[in-house]
Amino acid sequence: MEQKIRGGTSLTDHALTAGEALLTHWQVKSDYRWDAGAALSRFLEGLKHGQILGIHCPQCRRTLVPPRVFCERCFRPLEQWVPLYDTGKLITYSVSYVNWDATRRRTPEIPAVIELDGASPGIGILHLLGEAGGSLSEITARLGAGTPVQAVWKPAAEREGAITDIRYFRPVGG
Amino acid sequence: MGGERIAIVGAGCTGLRLRTPEASFRELVFQAAQKAYADAGVRPQEVSAFVSVAENYNEGAAIADEYVPDQLGAVLKPVHAVAGDGITGLASLVMQLETGQLDIGVIEGHSKASNVLHPAHILALALDPIYTRPLRFHPHYVAGMEMRAFLAATGNTQEQAALAAAQNRKNALANPLAAYGASLTVEQVLASPPEAEPLKLGDIAPPADGAVVLVLARESMLGTLKGKPVFINGIGWSQDTPNIEDRELHRAAYAEQAAQMAYRMAGISDAASQIDLAEVDDTFSYKELQHLEALGLAPPGQAGNLLEAGVFSPQGRLPVNVSGGHLGCGYAHEMSSLRSVLEVVLQLRGEAGARQLPGARVGLAQSWRGIPTASGAVVVLGRE
Ligand SMILES: [Zn+2]
Repeated sequence: MEQKIRGGTSLTDHALTAGEALLTHWQVKSDYRWDAGAALSRFLEGLKHGQILGIHCPQCRRTLVPPRVFCERCFRPLEQWVPLYDTGKLITYSVSYVNWDATRRRTPEIPAVIELDGASPGIGILHLLGEAGGSLSEITARLGAGTPVQAVWKPAAEREGAITDIRYFRPVGG
Repeated sequence: MGGERIAIVGAGCTGLRLRTPEASFRELVFQAAQKAYADAGVRPQEVSAFVSVAENYNEGAAIADEYVPDQLGAVLKPVHAVAGDGITGLASLVMQLETGQLDIGVIEGHSKASNVLHPAHILALALDPIYTRPLRFHPHYVAGMEMRAFLAATGNTQEQAALAAAQNRKNALANPLAAYGASLTVEQVLASPPEAEPLKLGDIAPPADGAVVLVLARESMLGTLKGKPVFINGIGWSQDTPNIEDRELHRAAYAEQAAQMAYRMAGISDAASQIDLAEVDDTFSYKELQHLEALGLAPPGQAGNLLEAGVFSPQGRLPVNVSGGHLGCGYAHEMSSLRSVLEVVLQLRGEAGARQLPGARVGLAQSWRGIPTASGAVVVLGRE
């Protein structure tokens, strides 16, 4: 913390703990009860039953996931629900050494965009990859755009209707 | 106005409800947008500018404006998020259209107030973190102090404020869009639990969910659209200092300034005689009286007396909050004042149903951004 940045002097940890700097702490109860809505509620219910649901726009001929009750392109209401496969292929991924709260990770995690089989080209869901190797070189050797993947689900009894009902996607074949 | 006139050519609203568990905020906005586009006879592909009003903490998401485009049909279109009340957002859209570069614009506001479990915590974050928040008052105390100062300085009474609440709740009974219609007496409002005396629970607009979408167009576009136009004859906005202790708490100076700006533009010299109906911010009952005086719709100190005399009732000379206002419709975050604008539009178009006022030609809608702000906006709307 004591290195100088462009001529300025950064606050020292001591300054914060010793009260030399003004530090406020305000605990806010920012609790929200989400009305997930018609589309996402049905999607989450599907996950509970081990099923990934998409929705089809007959006008744009696109099958969308996650589903929505309207097409953001042609603005028509959508109601043609389509079960999708839990397999697909990688669109892109990153090998991440930081957690969501910016703390460092010893072993990386692999966030990825996956185009699901049954969804339209380029329509992907965001999830994590697993069983893809431990080191950066192993991972990048194993994964690339187009790598086939499959969902690894939580056991049925542990599913609660959440995106985390899928633990991760793992590379298959190849 | 300098350039071409701007008109509201389409309006859609979901109606306000205490809770809306059946729809996400996206789905609420989609419903309102479908109605507004159908009303205007416009496809979203023809819209060239979009404005959204929302507050991140109420949305439960940072950079919440990123979630705007899909449900409006605005993907890959210019979207402008305004962190302000609905009429301030409307002013932004009017200016965009006034450039002459854009033909048709859309503004949306929505509320999922029922999803915010601790609204007092969210409000507290609006208070100064160093100077005010450590005192740990409920933010309604600002309203309590303002109300006391306003009543003392003007001679308006607590009973008259309670009458504003009772009248608006009653007006809401005739409005199918309203969530809180009720037959209340002044005595019942006065007997409601004290919140920040003299402010009582019955003086406070309760929260509601909903969505409003308005479609605007430049006058030269009107020939191609089917919606009945309501013209924006004047619009203004103003913001006072954030220092609560430095404001003249008895006055709504922001509303005075915003009104003067809108009246100049609209050519209004005597608001009380030139305006046929007004939707005035009544987030708290006394605010309606304070705002009526700030807008020049009542002489100083006379808002309560005129209210008692029936001047502001639906049958009166200058009906105020015939929709039920926020007290009767529900307080719906930044969307609230777009709902006020919607009411004036419906009244001027002769489409207000059971609460339709006869012969209304010029209407006013006014917003306040709520505690702890002293900012707000005014729009004057006309049939021609
Ligand atoms: Zn489509």
